[in-house]
Amino acid sequence: MQATRLGGHLPTLPALAGLFPGGGLRRGCVYTVPNSTLLLMALLAAPSREGAWCGVVSLPDFGIEAAAGLGIALDRTIQVPLPGERWLAVTAALVDVLPVVAVRPPLQARSADAARLAARLRQRGGVLLVAGPWAQCEAELTLEARDWEGLGPGHGALSGVCVTVVAAAGHGGGTTRKASVVFGGGEPHPSNDAAGFLRERAG
Amino acid sequence: MLWCPDWPVAAAGAEAGLPRDAPLALISQGTVFAASASARADGVRRGLTLREAQYRCGSLVVLPYDPLLDERAFEPVLARLEEVAPGVATIRPGTCAVRARGPARFYGGEEPAGQSIRDAVLDLGVADARVGIADGPFAAEQAARSAQRATVRAVPPGHSPGFLAGMPVALVVDARLALLLRRLGVHTLGDLAALPAAQVAQRFGPAGMAAQAQARGDDPAPVQARVPPPQRDLLLRFEPPLDRIDQVAFAARAPADGFVDGLAGARLVCTTLRVEVGLDSGRMVGRSWRHPRWFDAADVVDRVRWQLQGSGAGDPGLDSAVCWLRTLPEEVDAAGNHEPGLWGSGPDERIHHALSRVQSMLGHEGVVTAVVGGGRLLAERQVFVPWGDAPAGRHAGPAGSAAAPWPGSLAGPLPATVFRERRPVCLLTQDGSQVLVDERGLLPADPVQFSPAGHQDDLRPVVAWAGPWPVHEGWWRPGGGRQVDRVQIVDADGAAWLLQLDDRRWWAEGRYD
Repeated sequence: MQATRLGGHLPTLPALAGLFPGGGLRRGCVYTVPNSTLLLMALLAAPSREGAWCGVVSLPDFGIEAAAGLGIALDRTIQVPLPGERWLAVTAALVDVLPVVAVRPPLQARSADAARLAARLRQRGGVLLVAGPWAQCEAELTLEARDWEGLGPGHGALSGVCVTVVAAAGHGGGTTRKASVVFGGGEPHPSNDAAGFLRERAG
Repeated sequence: MLWCPDWPVAAAGAEAGLPRDAPLALISQGTVFAASASARADGVRRGLTLREAQYRCGSLVVLPYDPLLDERAFEPVLARLEEVAPGVATIRPGTCAVRARGPARFYGGEEPAGQSIRDAVLDLGVADARVGIADGPFAAEQAARSAQRATVRAVPPGHSPGFLAGMPVALVVDARLALLLRRLGVHTLGDLAALPAAQVAQRFGPAGMAAQAQARGDDPAPVQARVPPPQRDLLLRFEPPLDRIDQVAFAARAPADGFVDGLAGARLVCTTLRVEVGLDSGRMVGRSWRHPRWFDAADVVDRVRWQLQGSGAGDPGLDSAVCWLRTLPEEVDAAGNHEPGLWGSGPDERIHHALSRVQSMLGHEGVVTAVVGGGRLLAERQVFVPWGDAPAGRHAGPAGSAAAPWPGSLAGPLPATVFRERRPVCLLTQDGSQVLVDERGLLPADPVQFSPAGHQDDLRPVVAWAGPWPVHEGWWRPGGGRQVDRVQIVDADGAAWLLQLDDRRWWAEGRYD
């Protein structure tokens, strides 16, 4: 089954490249990003900058200005904010034509539907980013620690955030990769403390 | 010559659904362009300023003057006239000319021909139509204007100069020349016609010659009949009226093929479509639809269905059965500009097909692209444009473009989650009371506890905060505008929030996640 996958990777921001074995999002795979819209945008940003069309399904609160600030081209970003219970059909239709689609499932997908969508994804070579749980994913990307900069007790203003992103392989076991990234104040870049690009073996 | 008095007023009044005797004035560039009979009775004249007109007539209804509306409203009159007498020339909306010889022979005389033309127009529901018959278009127009309400006035052949002789000279020349002629003692068209032609040409030039020719009743400009434009629109009448959307959409399917094929036969494609639906209740619902490429038959049927379904908020959709359906190509383009390339038009075409399919599932507004608009609050800076519509332009949003300076708008990184509907939250001080902003625009007590759900039972400590930053806009408006105070906080879970205090309640505007 795995042999039918297309090869190749989508481009990724350099600061996040260390999270993926091939240096980018692998075509034909599902990634889950359960707890951060910012990370979702960062993953959409690099393909969008390279001219790819992106889809955003069932994310009515997607902040477009933050997205534009990360370099996502809004005129090539198709949003379906409220697909309702037809979200799966809409996602499948978009996966057919768009290389990257982000979706927040309003309800849990049945595993048969999820498998059918995954097969379609493999055939088309697209990438599906799920902001929520998903049965079979290539990797789960979570924000572990957030360190806000610029805001004190009663003074200052938010100027950026240093986050630690953890990528855990979806099928259990395997390698867990970590990266520390600073957002805000220009291009997202790896933080320069020693924890950056830490790799560790999971049990 | 057929003359419908007060045509701009009648057309605008019918479009706005006003009764015929309502006092109505059309405004062009700040002054009155045309006024209805009841407004004229109160002293409203052409050229008055809007304020003066409203002062003279308290109940005046004021509408902007729209020349296109005049022409559009006159189009059915022309079409009806062409059935009665061929070769109609439009002088201006509300006035048109027909060569009298043919109809006079057909109807057995000039007067019966004029009467049948007048009756045809009155049958359409036009309030007043007057017909004048004379040797030239100018004389005929004067005859029509001097006719009684809904009558025919025929000047016998050869009598036009005599008919015109008593009229003031200002009818044929501009104000300056009229003043000059009056000072020279030339007061009527008869006086002008009597002058020697060579001397008129020498003294007054081409304008004088043309005026004298009109005064003599022989017009230099003959009547140029218009060529009836080819009909490209599609009109379906439903008898009995249909009350289900799928019935209407199904009925439109086959004619839509013919509609698109008819355009294709003229090597045209439709890029903007207007769909008009006539309801049993007498209401007409019209809307223009744009298309990123061009309409094929399935697209036309989709637009009809979406229009019948109504487009979400503010649109009530249909309230009675559908009597007729009309689709008009509003903008067409040569098909040659839209030929697909030999290898297809690239990936965009596939994307468009898929998005159209999603739109036919969810409705037109279901698939959008976003544009950053103007405003201070984040949610109002997001403008969503349905796929296929042109963006609302750089002036989208409440007051101008995103690039304009918006003092008081948020600086620094922007929240990744912007709530379309802001959410109620709790922000409490140490003693458990709500945080408020005092008259100096400061927080008298520090925020200590925060609940994103707005409940007292999931409070968490506030780690860092800053603010308040006031946003006070629209204070000059009658309603008092809006005054909110914004605060950024970071809670103990590591999430950062943008909150606003509006009317003594805290709301989450966005979340940095």
